[in-house]
Amino acid sequence: MSGNAYQGGANRLPGKGRLTPAKTVRFSFDGRILTGLEGDTLASALIANGIHLMGRSFKYHRPRGVLSAGAEEPNALMQVSRDSARYQPNVRASVQEIFDGLRASSQNRYPSLACDVGAVNDALSPLFSAGFYYKTFMWPRTAWNKLYEPVIRRAAGLGESPKEADPDHYAQRYAHCDVLVVGGGLAGLSAALAAAESGASVIICDEQPEMGGALHFDTSIAVNGETGFDWAQKTAARLAFMDNVRVLTRTTAFGYYAQNFVGLTERVTDHLALPSPDQPRERLWQVRAKRVVLATGAIERHMVFPGNDRPGIMLASAARIFLNHYGVAIGAKVAVYTACDSAYEAAFDLQDAGVRIPVIVEARDRPGGTLLEEARTRGIEVLTRHAIASTKGRLRVSSIAVVPAGASGKGRDIEVDALIISAGWTPSVHLFSQSRGKVAWDAESGRFLPGVNAQDCVSIGACAGTDDPVALVEQAVEAGLDAANGAGSEMSGRPVIDIDHEGSDAGSWSAGLVGAVGAPESGKAFVDFQNDVTAKDIRLAVREGMHSIEHVKRFTTNGMATDQGKTSNMHGLAIAAETLGKPIPQVGLTTFRAPYTPVTFGTIVGQSRGVLFDPARKTPLHACLETNGAVFEDVGQWKRAWYFPRAGETMHAAVSRECRTVREVAGLFDASTLGKIEVVGPDAAAFLNLLYTNAWDKLEPGRCKYGIMLREDGFIYDDGVVGRLAADRFHVTTTTGGAPRVLHHMEDYLQTEFPHLDVWLTSITEQWAVIAVQGPQARDIIAPFVDGIDISDDAMPHMSVREGKICGVPTRLFRMSFTGERGFEINVPADYGQSVFEALWERAEAMDACLYGTEAMHVLRAEKGYIIVGQDTDGTVTPDDAGLSWAVAKKKPDFVGIAGLKRADLQRPDRKQLVGLKTKDPTLVLEEGAQIVADPNEKIPMTMIGHVTSSYWSENCGRSIAMAVVAGGRSRMGETLYVPMPDRTIEVEVTDTVFFDKQGERLNG
Amino acid sequence: MRKYSIFAIAREAMRGHKGWDRQWSSPEPRSSYDVVIVGAGGHGLGTAYYLAKEHGIKNIAVIEKGWLGGGNTGRNTTIIRSNYLYDESAGLYNHALNLWENLSQELNYNVMYSARGVMMLQHNVHDVQSAKRHIHANRLNGIDNEWLEPDAAKAFCPPLNISSSARYPVMGAALQRRGGVARHDAVAWGYARAAADMGVHIIQNCEVTGIRRGANGDVTGVDTARGFIGAKKVGVVAAGHTSVLMDMAGIRMPLESFPLQALVSEPVKPIFPCVVMSNTVHAYISQSDKGELVIGAGTDQYTSYSQTGGLHIIQHTLDAICEMFPIFSRMKMLRSWGGIVDVTPDRSPILAKTPVKGLYVNCGWGTGGFKATPGSAHVFAHTIANDAPHKINEGFTLERFRTGRLIDEAAAAAVAH
Ligand SMILES: Cc1cc2nc3c(=O)[nH]c(=O)nc-3n(C[C@H](O)[C@H](O)[C@H](O)COP(=O)(O)OP(=O)(O)OC[C@H]3O[C@@H](n4cnc5c(N)ncnc54)[C@H](O)[C@@H]3O)c2cc1C
Repeated sequence: MSGNAYQGGANRLPGKGRLTPAKTVRFSFDGRILTGLEGDTLASALIANGIHLMGRSFKYHRPRGVLSAGAEEPNALMQVSRDSARYQPNVRASVQEIFDGLRASSQNRYPSLACDVGAVNDALSPLFSAGFYYKTFMWPRTAWNKLYEPVIRRAAGLGESPKEADPDHYAQRYAHCDVLVVGGGLAGLSAALAAAESGASVIICDEQPEMGGALHFDTSIAVNGETGFDWAQKTAARLAFMDNVRVLTRTTAFGYYAQNFVGLTERVTDHLALPSPDQPRERLWQVRAKRVVLATGAIERHMVFPGNDRPGIMLASAARIFLNHYGVAIGAKVAVYTACDSAYEAAFDLQDAGVRIPVIVEARDRPGGTLLEEARTRGIEVLTRHAIASTKGRLRVSSIAVVPAGASGKGRDIEVDALIISAGWTPSVHLFSQSRGKVAWDAESGRFLPGVNAQDCVSIGACAGTDDPVALVEQAVEAGLDAANGAGSEMSGRPVIDIDHEGSDAGSWSAGLVGAVGAPESGKAFVDFQNDVTAKDIRLAVREGMHSIEHVKRFTTNGMATDQGKTSNMHGLAIAAETLGKPIPQVGLTTFRAPYTPVTFGTIVGQSRGVLFDPARKTPLHACLETNGAVFEDVGQWKRAWYFPRAGETMHAAVSRECRTVREVAGLFDASTLGKIEVVGPDAAAFLNLLYTNAWDKLEPGRCKYGIMLREDGFIYDDGVVGRLAADRFHVTTTTGGAPRVLHHMEDYLQTEFPHLDVWLTSITEQWAVIAVQGPQARDIIAPFVDGIDISDDAMPHMSVREGKICGVPTRLFRMSFTGERGFEINVPADYGQSVFEALWERAEAMDACLYGTEAMHVLRAEKGYIIVGQDTDGTVTPDDAGLSWAVAKKKPDFVGIAGLKRADLQRPDRKQLVGLKTKDPTLVLEEGAQIVADPNEKIPMTMIGHVTSSYWSENCGRSIAMAVVAGGRSRMGETLYVPMPDRTIEVEVTDTVFFDKQGERLNG
Repeated sequence: MRKYSIFAIAREAMRGHKGWDRQWSSPEPRSSYDVVIVGAGGHGLGTAYYLAKEHGIKNIAVIEKGWLGGGNTGRNTTIIRSNYLYDESAGLYNHALNLWENLSQELNYNVMYSARGVMMLQHNVHDVQSAKRHIHANRLNGIDNEWLEPDAAKAFCPPLNISSSARYPVMGAALQRRGGVARHDAVAWGYARAAADMGVHIIQNCEVTGIRRGANGDVTGVDTARGFIGAKKVGVVAAGHTSVLMDMAGIRMPLESFPLQALVSEPVKPIFPCVVMSNTVHAYISQSDKGELVIGAGTDQYTSYSQTGGLHIIQHTLDAICEMFPIFSRMKMLRSWGGIVDVTPDRSPILAKTPVKGLYVNCGWGTGGFKATPGSAHVFAHTIANDAPHKINEGFTLERFRTGRLIDEAAAAAVAH
């Protein structure tokens, strides 16, 4: 065999494969610089360079080579990087395309791939039987956390996690189409073509870099007079040219969700040497299709026999891809071990390329058709009804021992440098199964095939068990036309796809073998390579009572590795069934779960990172407040001004100053985040009667009222001031965090419980900017700007609302107060918020008023004993608990929560009630959330009778103040209670909740 | 029952592991039992175990429609903690935590309870207040839970992003060091093996289709896929399907069932030393012994019995994970799945007698009942054996929704103001 390094590796065969010899690519593997060709995968390039040892297994650290040439790869997993941050563990060498500068390294080994100390596990493997860890490491008790687990954790895992933040970005698209075709092999392309030419909108995707599927290796099929692969490329190009078609390569359909919603992930730059910074690394497509055509093909299974895992042993189809597509010979002396006809074609292709085939070990009585004769004519020795009893070779297979089927003994040694294996093909029903379709066992061909559909989809080609290419094209075209037809496109005839199939004897992919061959107890016959699950492990699991296939899977971890059992599941099932003495379909199949192949977190996240993770909501006044030095806090999604420190001021000093200034002069506050809902309609008042505990009929237009809303269970849900603008129009305010919930709650009741009411609900939170002006000078500040509203006390008393103008723009002006001072809340259309604010602030500042933030607002309202829902209440507080029973209409026949409120426990006199607390030491500020006890000397567990809900330093009271809920609190006035802190116990006195201006004179002061 | 130990393994290793017993058998059902437990999840199997072990009742069947441990027990993210707010919950979950610490030895089955610490992140002033309230209450109840400032949180969990420019910066965390994770399958299997060893029948692939009551209204047994099975007492422990079962006995349950999803990443070498939860950004995460990142999502918005939830829920969760741990953006999701969780109005379980004599119910664990498994099973066994609750589960009645005496842990986490 001749080769030369300039063509990308010594095992590259001149004239073979589809890559261009002149286009070389330099990459490194474990520090060695190597040359491959553009279009190579890591696996093909390494084999071209004579390297078969590519990884170590999970548990026993056995040396492993590549098993497959595709996404099903269990063994050849590597760490791949472009630079230190663009790093990825567990990359399948059979999928990763090489590019100039790519660095790959082996993983899960120490110190090196060829010499890994972890391999002692292999020697100890008799101890490490399936599930052994459930039976030991229990003594002494504390050793699990301190000793065993840390050791096990270090030994487990595969590659290293990334350690730096991901510098790449990801994109997301939503798409709708008539037909989504998954898989771009002969079946998928034919279906897409038929659907597209009928005018349907089509998306076709395939996980590989080019369309073609099995045509990558199957050179026996010609289509319309050219090679199958060329036809596939031309067809893909033709499709891509059509306006109604989107062709996506390197795109995996990974999840099939409800209502024909399919997730696709497109790998955009991972194969490029120099991606443009504008390109996303990957793109998530969320596709909603009228019809899904599944043309996902089939996956070849390995033979399960002792020593089947040495580097150089691979699937027959993989060897054929390496040869026919990449032009790489996997060895010079390649034996074959098969139970399926398709492996013969691989052998013949290899032989035609100059590779010696020392033997074909055939597990069956004979292969199909004339294959036996053909092989012998070619001079290949075929041993029918034979098995491989063992293999040799530490880092690469060097010989196999062949015995007659069922015989024991050492057998005949045959020297090889590679071995190709095939036990048959498993239809890829993963997505079909994810769609909740039911698979059915086809006894004749020994495989699970798509059975009853659960969604609007159709399976075609190899994944549906159709092996013959002529029948397959027929089925595919039919599916394409039908899909287009179903989507309302008119037919325009069928595309011409003429198949010429030579060597059809070897073309049968059905039949084969599931389960292990050879004596049950001999050697390590791997079922799941990555997780090191052997046939013995599966038999042991069954013996130990694991009779459900799900138990077998979990106990042995078969099929739970990064390949999710694509090659191993059927074998595992068959071995379990055999051990149980039950037919396969009775043992059942484990559930196929999304994703089909692993999906990058970043792809799923897309742009939802940093500021776009959850876009911050800012009020119309945000920029003004920022200019004036506001420090912001997060309240739900909002950014709210917290306090306004002046140069050198601490938060404490700033808040104290703000609180003082509001009471002495006035302050401006941004109240725009409060939820606002407009409730309109002839039945608006009747609706509010049902939603709030209060009665609304008597509220005159132009007046407002504080309202409480309960949940069905009688506990406070939200509160706020509601203004009546007209007989049929209310301006409802809610808490900042409650706005969306409350609207939802209202809609819910309106649509389900009170549909007879004639009411419309509209969220107007973002339509109005709200500037609160509070303090003795509030009226003076706003007076010059107000137009058309008489704001004198007589004309506009506390708790009223007027519509008019301020600064020349429309306003809904509320006279109300959350500070206990004379106050106004000025609603102006959001776009005018800033200019109105600036005008007001200019005057206010000149009058020595201040800006105040949420912290001062909290203190000021606490001085007055006003509650904040969500802080002083927590979903277990009734209006009476909060001292608000006056707000519950006694005579109303119904409102949400009325029945809940009447429950016995909600009427108990010793419920936790809202009270004030004063620390004996006035300078001590309690911690919010601190617990309260009556007996400070009780031992733990102590009897907690309440907790501190709000607590502040009050500049205006000259001492600390607090609110708390305390069991039977209102009957404990004057009592001393205790707040036990880690370092000391604080004495407190129970008081009422109003600490400042008990008479409420300042509202009009 | 052959004792499991390193010596037993060594002995078996020498003879090809031929001598292991079945961990549990698959017996033919008897015509009647003293107690029938419906649902072979951790709670159901555990109940059978404690009934046999501590109450001398041996004539017990656990009836399961699928495979044992295949419900939420085998689907959850296995977070264990006991730092709940209210005395009732703290009592129950801490009882469980105490049992977790010895469970491997008790069952002679390594359930891999790993006290690696559960850290709950707090992202705003309101979160901090609520966390402190829990910490203070826990301290006075004798339950460990401590406050960590952001730097200390980062030291405890190095991959954590504590940058103040994060969308929701970490303002601190509550840490329960005794909290952690355990191996879910092992819990179901360990209880099953130990219960079967005491003669409990575990009957799999046998759906209960009816609960029969006699003329006087008392329970007489259950109809199943394998015929009628008589029972003096029936305990329903069926998680997401409890309402369906209780309806068979004419009892309407205050439960809603939602899909809840979880996912794992590909395995990697140790990178994540503890459990981290964030209620504000909605995600929780730990790393399994195998090396997979185990990530839990929120429930779907709508009630459903479908075990597949929407992709958007997973999306929302991974958004949060990558926001808190930007190094994980290039990690890959390997497998995702869902379970059906049964949610009560106050987010606390029901562990109680019912108005029907002889019928008991253990449900309502919602998104967080794995942690309670041993404690719940233990007191539920007591409740069935004595026809009266254990002191620890006295408050977890069905009547509380009628009287209003709720144990509202959800409310305690409350709403933003
Ligand atoms: C994704 C997810 C993540 C979670 N994460 C956590 C976590 O981190 N920490 C935590 O503490 N909890 C968590 N939980 C919750 C936890 O899993 C459950 O609360 C707990 O496992 C419930 O146990 P169980 O034994 O009651 O129910 P299950 O394990 O669900 O058992 C109930 C059994 O009843 C069977 N059954 C139902 N109907 C019938 C019938 N008619 N006849 C016979 N059998 C029937 C079911 O098949 C099932 O096996 C999570 C749940 C989910 C879904």
